[in-house]
Amino acid sequence: MSGSHTDGDAWAKPVERLAVTGVEPGGAGINVAGRRPTSPVQGFGRMWQKTYRVRLAGSEATPAEVIAVWKRDFPSFWPKGNRFFAPLAGIAPGEVAVLDLSMPGRIKLSTGVLVMYADEESFTLMTPQGHMFAGWITFSAYPQDGATVAQAQVLMRASDPLYEVGMTMGGHRQEDRHWEHTLRSLAESFGVEGEVAAETVCVDRRRQWGNAGNVWHNAGIRSGVYTAAAPVRFATRPFRRGGG
Amino acid sequence: MTEATVSMTVRTPSDAISVIDIDGEITAASEPALMDAYGRASGERTRRVVLNFSGLEYMNSSGIGLLVTLLVRANRNHQRLLAFGLTDHYRQIFELTRLDEAIGIHDDEAAALAAAA
Repeated sequence: MSGSHTDGDAWAKPVERLAVTGVEPGGAGINVAGRRPTSPVQGFGRMWQKTYRVRLAGSEATPAEVIAVWKRDFPSFWPKGNRFFAPLAGIAPGEVAVLDLSMPGRIKLSTGVLVMYADEESFTLMTPQGHMFAGWITFSAYPQDGATVAQAQVLMRASDPLYEVGMTMGGHRQEDRHWEHTLRSLAESFGVEGEVAAETVCVDRRRQWGNAGNVWHNAGIRSGVYTAAAPVRFATRPFRRGGG
Repeated sequence: MTEATVSMTVRTPSDAISVIDIDGEITAASEPALMDAYGRASGERTRRVVLNFSGLEYMNSSGIGLLVTLLVRANRNHQRLLAFGLTDHYRQIFELTRLDEAIGIHDDEAAALAAAA
């Protein structure tokens, strides 16, 4: 393997702040532009590594074929009520996608992701400030004992104290269900009724109180305010420049 | 998973400082080698662990995740991580992933050891 491949084109270039251009229309598109991408280092809560796997037994699909389909049809594998507005250029390094997520209490949370890394056998999405968690999700596929295994692995900390409470009170379970559904749907697209194995490891039990101020960017709060202010925006539209 | 294609050598310039020379690829498959090297590098008095990336040939996003895990372990042991020997490409990856905010990046070993002292 050594020397036979390169990661030169697989990584996004560094970005100070995200810009939203060339994304499928329809998303709220708030809480993304101008936000900094974050890693688990910038998060607040305990650090978790969650791994979800499904074995595509009986399918002839290679890891590269699985990843190609996963990239192409990424939003279609998500549970209902959650929307992924993909970059028009597809899932490629440096592209930004917009998300509208269903939260408990019928709240819609608008946020996004940066495609941090993408090659033939994996791709990684990185979250911006205000997202529920600071970190990244790597989707990969690899051969094992004569079959291809598809995997989603989340490395994250809740972004702020409110999200940390939310994750503890059902958020982790909701996230588990999200990725289990995604992997089952992916397997179905290859004609496989797969069972998803999940593994959760607490990498760091400590909370990073120095990052508690991340709550300022909380996309849940900002999405709620944005929704609540919709009538005001509608009423004042004729008076705004370019409105009416 | 694919097999690891990396070798790691541990040096200890002083009681408080260890250097891990990384030669090859950092991917998910490198976890046992990296954690073993860290275990060897991390003595009772070790306060700085310096990663030498001069021999790094390839790193994917699972590999950068490994470095985050290593950082957590070092923090837990009250140690600081430093790095040198990164090409411009890998420096950019540290910048993109904002690991450069937690791991001190230096141009060469002399600069890293001076910062570690």
